[in-house]
Amino acid sequence: MRAFATLIHALDSTNKTTQKMEAIHRFFEQAEDKDKLWFLALFSGRRPKRAVSTTLLREWVKEITNIPDWLFQEAYASVGDLGETISLLLPQPTGYLDFSLAEWMDKINAISTYSEEDKKKFILDVWDNLPHQERFIFNKLLGGSFRLGISTKGLINAISSYYNLEASAVSHSIMGEWTVENSKFEPLIHGEYIDSNLSKPYPFCLAYPIEDVDATLENLEDWQIEYKWDGIRGQVIKRNEEIFIWSRGEELVTDQFPEIVEEIKGWEGNFVLDGEILAISEGEILNFTALQKRLNRKVLSKKILEEVPVGLYLYDILEFNHQDLRNQPMKERRIILENLVKENPLEHIKISPTIHTDNLEDLRHIREQARDINSEGLMLKHKDSVYHVGRKKGDWWKWKIDPLTIDAVLIYAQKGSGRRSSQYTDYTFAVRDGENLVTIAKAYSGLTDKEIQEVSRFVNKNALEKFGPVRTVKPELVFEIAFEGIGWSLRHKAGVALRFPRILRWRKDKTVAEIDDLESVKKLIH
Amino acid sequence: MRLLQFRPEGIYCVPGKFFIDPWRPVDMALITHGHADHARWGMKRYLCHHFTVPILRSRIGEDIQVQGIGYNEPIAINGVKVSFHPAGHIIGSAQIRLEYKGKVAVISGDYKLQNDGLSTPFEPIKCHEFVSESTFGLPIYQWNPVEKQNEELANWVIQNQAYQKTSVFVGYSLGKAQRIMKAVEGIAPIYVHYSIHKLNQAYESVGIELPKYEVLDFREDVKHVNQGIVIVPPALVDSNVIREIPNMAYAICSGWMTVRGARRWRSADAGFAISDHADWNDLLQAIKMTEAEKVYVTHGQTAVFSKYLNEIGIESEEVKTEFGDEEEEVEVAKEVGGSV
Repeated sequence: MRAFATLIHALDSTNKTTQKMEAIHRFFEQAEDKDKLWFLALFSGRRPKRAVSTTLLREWVKEITNIPDWLFQEAYASVGDLGETISLLLPQPTGYLDFSLAEWMDKINAISTYSEEDKKKFILDVWDNLPHQERFIFNKLLGGSFRLGISTKGLINAISSYYNLEASAVSHSIMGEWTVENSKFEPLIHGEYIDSNLSKPYPFCLAYPIEDVDATLENLEDWQIEYKWDGIRGQVIKRNEEIFIWSRGEELVTDQFPEIVEEIKGWEGNFVLDGEILAISEGEILNFTALQKRLNRKVLSKKILEEVPVGLYLYDILEFNHQDLRNQPMKERRIILENLVKENPLEHIKISPTIHTDNLEDLRHIREQARDINSEGLMLKHKDSVYHVGRKKGDWWKWKIDPLTIDAVLIYAQKGSGRRSSQYTDYTFAVRDGENLVTIAKAYSGLTDKEIQEVSRFVNKNALEKFGPVRTVKPELVFEIAFEGIGWSLRHKAGVALRFPRILRWRKDKTVAEIDDLESVKKLIH
Repeated sequence: MRLLQFRPEGIYCVPGKFFIDPWRPVDMALITHGHADHARWGMKRYLCHHFTVPILRSRIGEDIQVQGIGYNEPIAINGVKVSFHPAGHIIGSAQIRLEYKGKVAVISGDYKLQNDGLSTPFEPIKCHEFVSESTFGLPIYQWNPVEKQNEELANWVIQNQAYQKTSVFVGYSLGKAQRIMKAVEGIAPIYVHYSIHKLNQAYESVGIELPKYEVLDFREDVKHVNQGIVIVPPALVDSNVIREIPNMAYAICSGWMTVRGARRWRSADAGFAISDHADWNDLLQAIKMTEAEKVYVTHGQTAVFSKYLNEIGIESEEVKTEFGDEEEEVEVAKEVGGSV
């Protein structure tokens, strides 16, 4: 596993894209086909089922090192990664096991049928025969997410530059449901399995935030203007009577939205559509918090289906009757989409309406009112634009409404994990509720490294209580918290939940007496 | 009468009427070692190991009233028998032993058990009360042997040379910088920042030989250091000056570099877990060797470490001190460096 460990270490120790690319290319030069395939599988989220529970791993490491559970928890909280914590706690290895990545994966897959005792024997032996870096990787391979140092996009770029392929083609080729057992690396990345796989989605086209409104919208008639909806961006595929719904995170979510699948079944033809899945009740789009109740459920009860009905607002058509339309201009794709919608039954599905105005001032006004219909602002798509792969500047812009803001006080702090495990980076904020403070939001980002250091020092000096890794701090530091939306919530003590809260700035000019109160925060909900 | 008291000014020896490593100005201060969080400005009189004297003069001021003492040379202060013993942390670092009416307390300052080849190696001292740091008081911290650490540093420099790169090391100017110099001696020319040079002089003034080096003036053109070895204090990590160094790869040498997250947060090209503090196992070993009845845990993982000691049957208590603020080191490095 040395080559793979070297690769991971290299990806991990630099944030320069070129160096990451070089490291991946070196790995491609050296590694066997099967190792490359596993690398691709692991880094694109296709890992095999976990063969050993994390509970057992924790038990075993505590047994070997003879440390109590609370101390293990402290160590884990400080490191932030279970596989790494275990590897660091274990004593130095006494030997070395030399296998390739693919061989390790075969061994790991094989133990799923072992008895608990045999699993333990295998893992303890490995732990005693790998140096720290490889032991850490082995623990990651045993299960859990394997996202180290490179994004899927970076991976695709590395493959496309090494094999001299189009990035979009590689991206298309490696999406969907292939397995290591049934594939070979080079044919896979060259797209040789695509035709046989009906579920393959296209990469989503994404928009940048608009920079210069006046210059961009000088010729307003060149732009297709829509509302920006705040739901689940989805790609709906119907090919040869089979239906798939992909989320933007490249997950198949078909089963979660039976209403949409049923309706699409009744549609004629083969197509790939881009749209937004939203909670819609009697024609009105609901707050995102409503949709959240539907997500990530193993079983959709009749009750929840009735409580939170969903619908689909269509934005675009990417493929029609097996013909890729992505290089056709937006305005033509829109006509094809409109025609398709006209010919088919519409109950839960509708086309996302376009906004027509020749006046920029009117448009600004429409944008400002967007929150009233639970929209996050506007989307501007150039009428001649093709459907790009990923984010590309110039053709599509998002013009979001300004975030809502409140002033809140820091009450809990926790050390970060991963990149920032030595500083307090995770904060919980509170607003006033009568005489008391009530938790309103957690936020992880928005401060500079310098400010984080300053907050960490404050936390160190003003910690009132400790609950494991969490510190209660004197309510003194006031921050302006920005968020995209707000809804009712039973899960939070305050009774409300903020959407995408983040720290806008540190209000050193304000004291805790000047923070917002819960009643005024609730008034922001509609 | 209690031998030790933890006062707002610092650790106080009650019968001896003096402080150890106080953080507020007092009349009489016994100093364990020259790091800025232990040796502060403003004391009327300082007492420290001979090797620490030039460091204090260099860092605090030439005009301070300071007396030097050797290891294992007992003296009496107000009826308390006081002696200094090697702590193995940096040169001149000492554990301070206090004996009064048959009761012994040892204040260890910062210490490590590994022999770094520069500091006088740690000596365990039996006592009733032991004051211990706990900077790396979590079981995830386990250092490699010094030879292996040095080998890793040397290999990294050689690998950088193969890629025509300049190796830049970041390490505290007092202690770490000199260890790095030793580890990479003879591979390539060594250049150090002015603040390190000043402390190197303190080393050399007490007869410790360091590898040959040149002082690097960052106000001048620094292109000539190409493919060499540059050592800078942590204060310069985020500054623009080190970016002027051609084709540089930079490594941070610190115990914190054990954890991947800490390495990534600093976005260094490499992180080496090399420390002048004891790791988890050595902290426990050192404490066991003292056979102390009571252990006071100061800076670091105080809560965790003292809870663990109590669980394994060693009576222990957390003590709030103002040691261990790494920022201090950074600020001092800036001062000492003058204009970078």
